[in-house]
Amino acid sequence: MIHVADTIAARREAGGGALIGYLPVGFPDLDTSVEAAVALVENGVDALELGVPYSDPVMDGLAIQRATQAALSAGFRLRDVFTAVERIRARVDAPVLVMTYWNPVVQYGVERFAVTLRDAGGAGLITPDITPDSADEWIATSDTTGLERVFLAAPSSSDERLRATVAASRGFVYAVSTMGITGARQDVDAAARRLVARLREAGAENACVGIGISTAAQVTEVLEYGDGAIVGSALVSALADGGVPEVARVAAALAAGARAPHAH
Amino acid sequence: MSLRDQSGPFFGEYGGRFMPESLIAAIDELAAAYEAARNDPEFQAELAELHRSYSGRPSIITEVPRFAQHAGGARVILKREDLNHTGSHKINNVLGQALLTRRIGKTRVIAETGAGQHGVATATAAALFGLECRIYMGEVDTKRQALNVARMRLLGAEVVPVTTGSRTLKDAINEAYREWVTSVETTNYVFGTAAGPHPFPAMVRDFQKIIGEEARAQVLELTGGLPDAVVACVGGGSNAIGIFHAFLDDADVALYGFEAAGDGVDTERHAASIERGRPGVLHGARSYLLQDDDGQTLESHSISAGLDYPGVGPEHAHLADIGRAQYLPATDAEAMEALRLLSRTEGIIPAIESAHALAGALRLGRELGPDAVILVNLSGRGDKDVATAGRYFGLFDDGAVQE
Repeated sequence: MIHVADTIAARREAGGGALIGYLPVGFPDLDTSVEAAVALVENGVDALELGVPYSDPVMDGLAIQRATQAALSAGFRLRDVFTAVERIRARVDAPVLVMTYWNPVVQYGVERFAVTLRDAGGAGLITPDITPDSADEWIATSDTTGLERVFLAAPSSSDERLRATVAASRGFVYAVSTMGITGARQDVDAAARRLVARLREAGAENACVGIGISTAAQVTEVLEYGDGAIVGSALVSALADGGVPEVARVAAALAAGARAPHAH
Repeated sequence: MSLRDQSGPFFGEYGGRFMPESLIAAIDELAAAYEAARNDPEFQAELAELHRSYSGRPSIITEVPRFAQHAGGARVILKREDLNHTGSHKINNVLGQALLTRRIGKTRVIAETGAGQHGVATATAAALFGLECRIYMGEVDTKRQALNVARMRLLGAEVVPVTTGSRTLKDAINEAYREWVTSVETTNYVFGTAAGPHPFPAMVRDFQKIIGEEARAQVLELTGGLPDAVVACVGGGSNAIGIFHAFLDDADVALYGFEAAGDGVDTERHAASIERGRPGVLHGARSYLLQDDDGQTLESHSISAGLDYPGVGPEHAHLADIGRAQYLPATDAEAMEALRLLSRTEGIIPAIESAHALAGALRLGRELGPDAVILVNLSGRGDKDVATAGRYFGLFDDGAVQE
């Protein structure tokens, strides 16, 4: 099992930070989403975040909403996630986290979901709509399966909550760069730098920054203080607009930002 | 513990707070402000004065004998929340939450609305308190409730039609959450029903429990006893929990919630979350939910925009599980027939939401017989639904009304 924590550690030893790329499973169809994810890794993305299309994605902006809605309309089923993870892991050696809202996991069965994901070669889960204080069952299950569990931290989180989030997270803590939903922004908020500093004070070993990052320059900037940069909407838009070749091109450009000499 | 004393975050195994971390600070702030306010005599006095001098409380009860002839001769008594300012029970909750908004120093409110009654109530309170106001409403609902859209705009609110998902109440809530994440520093989310993350289910119930407390005393005075049954419609369930609450510990009073059965619960077009759903997590709480095998929320259907919601408040889920309240379906056709009947026999045009409760009362009366006393929550008046009813019953002269 490849863990994101190991990938981040390896990047740190190499003197840099990790680039984490998000794409939803099943957009525009299952095969293409697998090809696109493989292309991300082949073009320098260090770790993958695979999104589970969901009917009520409250943390997502329009680009991701449109893609996940299209995946659902095209017949996406939850089991496709495990198929996608298995097929991607058969071709590339990068850790694959699954980003999912909580109800699909509950309905599949928390333990069954975890075991199936682990057996498919997945590294763990990112859970945007549960916090550690609402996640007893997932915390217990991830402990027994050895899966990583990534919780989100926000600029509005209290110090006490940051400590609890750091303590509960395995792999990294997802530092939400700004008070808002997913989508490209001109400036990644200064709040992100401050939040990462607060997460370090709270004991975080790995803090990766997401939401609003869409350019190589932003990746470079974020990796000055964060352990990883997470890019989603920009990749999803590239896939929507120009298919696998375009998403590969954008990934390579972002990866150049992650390898820029002044990063980290 | 008394059933009346349950305060969340969990009601049995339902409720909780399944929310993005970005919103937790705001929800914590709101919960703390509410906890302080509910024990503060000054807050309660201010709210009581608003009820008295602004929304028109206490609302009366009305016995409806001509209607009751169709309900097996049982006595039927209506709690007249339709007579409140803005036309429904929604104002009870909104005045409380608007006072809280001022307490926590925020200058702006957002809300979701289905039929528009909560949106109108929120826009009204925002005007009264000088708060900025934005209302999210599914695009489908803006069309079927155009009158309420105009009312909100007249009151100074911005109405945002939501074009994602099923374009109804569920998606309006998603969009309001998305905006709340972005604007939480200045903005309070005035949630419209007894669902969502803690503290909303308990807080909204507490602001609505005045319905049951008044009605319990009024029925006692009128009949010398408690009602045999208390009946309300259930979408998210705020009017129902509001009238149920005063009777929860009266074991002899049967409680009935009527869910929207749309075309029938054996079809795919209904909103009967308890009857046909199973427990899941949506909009921040665990409760009964219409969903497929993968946990994707199913689209609900009801002729009533206000009941067209695939979930239900967690306290109702708990009351259903322990058998304290029964939740039964009433179809579009049954509700519309009850709406016509109340209009013709008593001169009261109810909201289509409330007509589901009236349909239930007709059915229950025939079962319980002429000795029964049935209290029905008439949660809202039908002005907003006249266009729907007019089309349904073919009441418009040809060409007189454009869609």
